[in-house]
Amino acid sequence: MDSTAYLLSVIVVAAVATFMTRALPFVLLYRWADHALLKHLGRYLPPVLMVLLLMYALKDALVTGQHLLPSLAALAVVAALHLWLRNPLISILSGTGLYMFLTQTGLLG
Amino acid sequence: MNPESDTSALRLSLPVLFGYIPLGAAFGVMFSDLGYHWLYAMLMGIVIYAGAGQFLAVGLLANHAGLVEVFVATLLVNARHMVYGLSLLSTLKLKGSRRWYLIYALTDETFSLLSMLRTSCDRLRDRLQFRIAALDHLYWVIGCTLGAWIGGQIEFSTAGIEFTLPALFLVLAIEQYRAVRRPRVFALALAIGVVALLISPDNMLMLSIAMAISLLIMARGGVEWTRLRIF
Repeated sequence: MDSTAYLLSVIVVAAVATFMTRALPFVLLYRWADHALLKHLGRYLPPVLMVLLLMYALKDALVTGQHLLPSLAALAVVAALHLWLRNPLISILSGTGLYMFLTQTGLLG
Repeated sequence: MNPESDTSALRLSLPVLFGYIPLGAAFGVMFSDLGYHWLYAMLMGIVIYAGAGQFLAVGLLANHAGLVEVFVATLLVNARHMVYGLSLLSTLKLKGSRRWYLIYALTDETFSLLSMLRTSCDRLRDRLQFRIAALDHLYWVIGCTLGAWIGGQIEFSTAGIEFTLPALFLVLAIEQYRAVRRPRVFALALAIGVVALLISPDNMLMLSIAMAISLLIMARGGVEWTRLRIF
């Protein structure tokens, strides 16, 4: 298999596998969409998942301690700005800017 | 986030724009190191459309991995998507091709935005769901393409720009708290995350999601469970 054919095969296989993970609940669980238990999960899973995704995104800092202080400082800024102004753009860009500044200059480690 | 107008799909999706362009570009830059044409990065952004999945694909391509390995690894990395579909089952009322497109385009970030939508009007909700999904997809494809095209030519340091993602998830967690005012739910999630990190950092996400679903089902009680008849 030449290089381009290999690349295209990998792309197709990865695309099919990704779509399968997304379509499975809709194909298998569609009949139970109005079930009380699924509604219960639909209500409480999103907040739980958001916290878990946040921890997952910070996994390296939490486990290795690398850039932990810059991460926490930037998160504090994000939370404070978002509670105050409730503008996602300002919160995210300010936090990211602070994180990039702190890690690139080596302040706080 | 209480969308009232047509323009709100654009407004609601803006945080994802600022997360996806740099993240997609980071993928594109990595991909360009493999020596393929930038058009293939664009193609991957369109048809695979998964952040972790595409970074994984770069690693697999670099190692000349077999196709079975590509399939299994991608399934595992993206397995968390199954949960997103589960919690959108009752609010996704779109039909036909737009429904399948939305399922196809259900990334972490799109799921986050869709789960925040609160509107009583069904038509408005359907339209917003579809537009948000399509806009996010567009941002991602632009990011992937730009990154691969620019390749290694970026001279300024973008180190640390990936922090847009934890920042986005924190903002969305705060928004979730405004919608679901149950401190115990958030404390539970934190505890689960810590336990999963202690057990296995590499499998943290899958492990914690499995624990979260089990605990939520147990909290609901066994009554509904027996009526579901699928477990």
